[in-house]
Amino acid sequence: MRAASFIPLLLALVLSPLLPGIINRVKALFAGRCGPPLLQTYFDLWKLLQKGAVYSRTTTWVFRAGPLVGLAAVLVAAALMPLGNFPALLAFPADFLLFAGLLALTRFFTVLAALDTGSSFEGMGASREVFFSALAEPALLVALATLVRQAGQLSLSSMFGNGFAGQWLEYGPVFGLVVVALMIVLLAENARIPVDDPNTHLELTMIHEVMMLDHSGPDFAFILYGGALKLWLFSALIVGTVLPVTGHAWLNLLLATGGMSVVAVAVGVIESIMARLRLVVVPQLLVGAGALAAMAFLLALTLK
Amino acid sequence: MLTVNLILVLVVLTNLKLLGSSRLGASIRVVAAQGVVLGLLPILAHLHELSLRFALLAAGTIAIKGVVFPWLLFRAVREAEVTRQIEPYVGYVASLIAGVLALGVSFWMCTRLPLPEGIASPWLVPVSFFSIFAGLFLIVSRKRAVSQVLGFLVLENGIYTFGVGVTARTPLLVEAGVLLDVFVAVFVMGITIFHINREFDHIESDRLSTLKD
Repeated sequence: MRAASFIPLLLALVLSPLLPGIINRVKALFAGRCGPPLLQTYFDLWKLLQKGAVYSRTTTWVFRAGPLVGLAAVLVAAALMPLGNFPALLAFPADFLLFAGLLALTRFFTVLAALDTGSSFEGMGASREVFFSALAEPALLVALATLVRQAGQLSLSSMFGNGFAGQWLEYGPVFGLVVVALMIVLLAENARIPVDDPNTHLELTMIHEVMMLDHSGPDFAFILYGGALKLWLFSALIVGTVLPVTGHAWLNLLLATGGMSVVAVAVGVIESIMARLRLVVVPQLLVGAGALAAMAFLLALTLK
Repeated sequence: MLTVNLILVLVVLTNLKLLGSSRLGASIRVVAAQGVVLGLLPILAHLHELSLRFALLAAGTIAIKGVVFPWLLFRAVREAEVTRQIEPYVGYVASLIAGVLALGVSFWMCTRLPLPEGIASPWLVPVSFFSIFAGLFLIVSRKRAVSQVLGFLVLENGIYTFGVGVTARTPLLVEAGVLLDVFVAVFVMGITIFHINREFDHIESDRLSTLKD
């Protein structure tokens, strides 16, 4: 195992809390505010880790295990994600299925922990989260399958290692559709605006945020950090699809890291110019993302 | 080839949008956009043998599908005073899923069909079949008469795509005749919608089936 394959994981661990900071700054810019510092998420994490946690007497070990298992699964998923043409720490054929499975595991434990509190609000949030992710997951898997088909490689590292930029000219529509589908999945899975509002504190409309209400201290820090990592991983999928791979490994890494912040800026812009969708319209958006991914897959099948 | 592919992708996207959209105004605009995009197809598909014939066909298609039809339909919608679809027989999410299945079926069908050589793009025939399926689906699954007319237009667009892409030698007269037929059909349907609306205060075609004696 080369030392270089630690680099994507290290970058993800260190830089991922920066992405929510960038999104918030972009939103503040649009609203004409100064906004919180870029490093706000780091400050929050540091503050939360200093505190103690409060546990309700009605909860069981499931509630305590939720944030831990969630963070652990996201960490393993981060170990599967390459950056630039640095391979990931773990790479084997069909690891993209494990990647999707680990993200699902995170969600499963978050939902279990939310249900364990016995609060009716958390139950509602959990129900919505599961419903929407059941629609978003096929879109993610079909989009990944399209990329696998285009690359002719079965692992994330070898798929993104060669880059898709050379194919854009010939198969532009296919990749365009995949990127749009991945972007919608990113917004849905990370509880961003057209699907969920990360700033809302009205329990009736919250989806992701409502499941976090009973977590405190280090547990909440784990959830925040896991969320930032998840955003980083989805951005890495988009960046890997769009960015060209040059001969210089370090230049690639720089480009990819810059690409991440561009994705964060794009999310910030989308959040600033779009209103949140009504809950009944969200399934339509997610099925639409699935339809785009399926279309890309069919088009790719005919071309190659 | 890339431009033709781009047009075909746009056609599929507009069809999916129609299947998932509840707004009549937006749907009419989407069909108009599809008509304009398809009007450019004969020029781009036969770029090496460009002639006055294709230019005329493109101009006629764009004028009728992009300007006259939307104008007629918007007029019908305004006079009938409807802006929204009512809940169709098949819901929007289910329609979208049916659309994706239809797309899959069209792609599969075209692997089994003996097709002539020299088609501008491998997506052309599947996309034209998909438009035909989507149009038929819109006709049977929607309740408003306006959406059924839109379904008919999408169906015709599918046949047109097939004709333009596969048979380069269709005489201009035949193509112009088809265009005229469609024009008359939409014109008559526009008048019918107006009359149904005046008689019954609504344009929901499913309620016509309860008219007995």
